[in-house]
Amino acid sequence: MDVDLKLEQESGNGERLFAGIRTEDLRVSFSETEILKGITLDARRGEILSIIGPAGAGKTTYLRCLNRMLDLDPDWKVSGTVLLNGQSVYTRDIQVAALRRKVGMVFSVPVTLPMTIYQNLAFGLNLDQEGRSGRDRKIEKALRDAYLWDEVKDRLQEPASNLSGGQQQRLCLARSLTLEPAVLLLDEPCSGLDPISTRRIEEALQQLKKDLTVILVTNNVKQAARASDRTAFFLFGELIEVENTDILFTTPREKKTADYISGRFG
Amino acid sequence: MLTALACLIIFAIVVIIVGNILSHGVQRLSWEFLSEAPRKHFTEGGIFPAIFGTAALVILMTIAVIPLGVATAVYMHEYAPKRSRLVHLVRLAIQNLAGVPSIVFGLFGVGFFIEFVGRGIDRGLYGGQLVYGQPAIIWAALTLALLTLPTVVVATEEALRAIPQNYREVAYSLGATRWQVIRRIVLPQAAGGILTGGILAISRGSGEVAPVMFTGAAYSLPDLPTQLNHQFMELGYHVYVMSTQAFDVEATKPALYSTVLVLLMLTFLLNFTAIMIRARIRKRLRDGR
Repeated sequence: MDVDLKLEQESGNGERLFAGIRTEDLRVSFSETEILKGITLDARRGEILSIIGPAGAGKTTYLRCLNRMLDLDPDWKVSGTVLLNGQSVYTRDIQVAALRRKVGMVFSVPVTLPMTIYQNLAFGLNLDQEGRSGRDRKIEKALRDAYLWDEVKDRLQEPASNLSGGQQQRLCLARSLTLEPAVLLLDEPCSGLDPISTRRIEEALQQLKKDLTVILVTNNVKQAARASDRTAFFLFGELIEVENTDILFTTPREKKTADYISGRFG
Repeated sequence: MLTALACLIIFAIVVIIVGNILSHGVQRLSWEFLSEAPRKHFTEGGIFPAIFGTAALVILMTIAVIPLGVATAVYMHEYAPKRSRLVHLVRLAIQNLAGVPSIVFGLFGVGFFIEFVGRGIDRGLYGGQLVYGQPAIIWAALTLALLTLPTVVVATEEALRAIPQNYREVAYSLGATRWQVIRRIVLPQAAGGILTGGILAISRGSGEVAPVMFTGAAYSLPDLPTQLNHQFMELGYHVYVMSTQAFDVEATKPALYSTVLVLLMLTFLLNFTAIMIRARIRKRLRDGR
């Protein structure tokens, strides 16, 4: 059974449901070790939520819950609720493949598939009938949105590995965008990139957030301050604090947050 | 010093074997030898039926072993749950299979394929008439396929392990189902390794005598096998026959040497073809086309 994952939904009494992604008391463990200890957090449509925190805080695990990538390894156990536009993601009757099309993901290392640039972009679209219709148009739009079109429009038949690291990461971003997702999960997307490539990606995200929800995990505190609307601070599997970015970086409520963003630990 | 000597010995052995076969084998080698059936107790005529039979046998074997071996490896590496008991057992079985002497495979072929499967088919479909319940090229090919199965499984698993996990994750994150990941990422990426397994299987299979001598190879048979239940001549078995069972062993020596030479060349040729195909696949993958 296919679950309808439209962007906005009206509930029975006409009240508009929350658009975006929300987790309630999300707990995750990996073979008996608790990685996430009850995270309640939401990311709304039209904003960039960044997640910061030291290594081992559970940032990546949190992201990978949202599009059920943790399902790939049965040692991960997830409990609690994940809601995408008000609908539970962890129900038996949801199609995981359809969910992952609605919740795009960009990994920390640019992973281009060993194919041409075009084939990389067409990969997700070719997986079902609906994707194949208007494929070239969707690919061009995704490339423009990822600020990559001008650089690759004449090179689409070249191997993707010919691109530079920064271009490859934007290709990965474009590849997710071809599927027109509702949510975009970015796991330290700029960790290996030069400042110019980083800025291009940040600019692209500012444009993209109008139509979708962006969750940006980053190790770079400055990037969170620059690029996001709200920021969440994770520490050892717990959400310490989430606040508008300008408030969190100027007047954090928790001492731990202040210590982390000023570089005193972590 | 010692290690260099060891290398030298290996090199010398290869040179002596190949040189000996070449120098003795070239004399009888001719178009007639390659294209005609043997005459006068193998001392005249050629070995075409054996060449044809060997090629047909190896091709049938490949058709059987590649899908079975690849499916086994894909199941073990892509489908089976982690720490699966079943996979553990299968792996153990494959390792043991690799250690079984080839004559045992031959006897297994007689007992299982001919007596059990073949007779079963005859009883079920042909009213007990003898059609498949006898030595035949299909049974010999299937017996060889079992013999070479471990090679294909191990090579395929190796190839699957070499595919970066990242590729699979990206494909899943774009909404691919498990089958789509296997079909569009895993198998194309593993194609080179699978072919390597095929090459090794062909090398091994085309030279075997013991598994086919009970299951389908004929002493002398001028007719070519045109159906799956026909018997056939095989080069390795032909060498064995000529050197031990011939009317006058001494008189068949020149033909014997040439047959060995042809067997070697055929194996090399089959290998070479597979290597060329693999090189083309690798290049296509590298260029991303």
